[in-house]
Parts: sequence; C-alpha cells; structure tokens
Amino acid sequence: MPEQGSGEASGVETVLDSTLDSVDFAEAETLKVAEELGFDEEDLHRIGMAVRECMVNAVVHGNRYNVKKKVQFRVLKNAGGMTVVIRDEGEGFDLKTLPNPLAEENLLRQSGRGLLLIQAFMDELHIGRLEPHGTEVKMTKYLAKAS
Amino acid sequence: MSVKLSSRQVGDVTVIDAVGRITLGEGASTFRDTIKDLAAKGNQKILLNLSEVSYIDSSGIGELVSGFTTVTNHGGQLKLIGLTKRVKDLLQITKLYTVFEVFDDESSAVRSFT
Repeated sequence: MPEQGSGEASGVETVLDSTLDSVDFAEAETLKVAEELGFDEEDLHRIGMAVRECMVNAVVHGNRYNVKKKVQFRVLKNAGGMTVVIRDEGEGFDLKTLPNPLAEENLLRQSGRGLLLIQAFMDELHIGRLEPHGTEVKMTKYLAKAS
Repeated sequence: MSVKLSSRQVGDVTVIDAVGRITLGEGASTFRDTIKDLAAKGNQKILLNLSEVSYIDSSGIGELVSGFTTVTNHGGQLKLIGLTKRVKDLLQITKLYTVFEVFDDESSAVRSFT
C-alpha cells in the first residue's frame, strides 16, 4: 500500500515462495520499475544485484527454502528514485555478530559478502527485526545519485 | 543462462574459458565441480578466463574463492584473466583483488606461472 504523504507509489507488491525462481522474479520486476524510472545501465546492474542478494538472503538464509514460509516483496517508486522492501519469516540475525567480510582473516570465506554488495550498490540500507520473527530489509536508490 | 566451462591446454597451463553467469544454483555448482575435478587430477596451473562472464553474484564470488583455496591446497595456482569492469568492481569491493593474481592478457598470465 502506498504510504500517505510520503510521495511514494507502489510499483510492485507481492508474496513469494521461498525458491530461487522467486529470486529471479524479484530481480526482473525490480528492473522493470527501475527502467521506467530512467536509471542508467550501470545502476540497473547494481540495483538488480542488490535485490538478488537480498532475495537470496531471505530465501536461503532466512526462510531456508521452507515451503511454509513466504517472502514479502515490495517496490516503491517516487520522483527521487525507488525503494525495495523484502521481508522474510526466518529467525533473524544480529548484524553485530556477522563476520566482517573485508577483514584479512575472512577474505577466503566462501560466503558472507551479500550485505556488503547491497551496501555498496544502494544509497540507503535499513535492516530491522520483525515480530514475532523475520527480517525486513529496506533499500533505496536515488536517481539524483545515479552515476 | 548459467555458466558453461571449457578447458584447453597452453603448455602446462590449463585455461578454463567461462561463458555466462556464475550465480547461486547451477552456475556456481558447475564451476565448483570443474575446479575440484581439475585439481584432483593434478592440474596445478589453472588460468580462469572470465572475459565472457556477464554476471557474478556473491555466491559466484564465493565459488571463485573456494576454487582458489582448492587449487592452492593441492599445491597449485589459480589466476584470472579477462575481467570485465563489473567483475573488477566486485573484486575491489570485496578486497579480493588482493587475493587473486589478475592479468589483462593470456600470454602474460601463462608466462607468470612458476
């Protein structure tokens, strides 16, 4: 639903299964909206990858492919850019306990770089816990900052 | 399209030409299996050509790191050529540019193996 007074209009809002097909779907739907808004090719790549990483976190690490758990996916567009909100029903996590992927001792770890890439590719990132369980990730990209 | 891999020999260096996307799922597992297989067969000089790789996500990056570790643990070396700007950016963001040896052209890379 559009938030009153925020100037945001809902581009896409849907509930997805915890599958890799949902990852592809979310990326494709986000890119449609981003293209409509006029983001350039490089930013489309960055936005698409950020959404992909976030959806993988929700499906794989949050919901752990559980068929009973869903992912809420929402894209909001406005004159200044776009915001993507992804919610899972997983156990949640504490950002402070995540290993720093840039620390020397972690460079050869196989995983743990998703959030780093989302932070690098989007202009704003907010991560919150949902009650009674789950995680909400809200990420924004501004057209004004498009490179 | 997920990744397609083919290998060829240049002297005693095994060059792997990768085409497509290295992402979570089939692409990443294809890559992992190929590197493990080559390392297990005693290939110690492996050059990975990424010039036709259009997309790598964090899982794909993880597989590059895993491949590097696998080959190194077998006493070998894994090096990279043909990085697109986007892949270079990813390696810089993740600081993996400090881990991998990266070359612009194949002949220099082949000569660099000891």
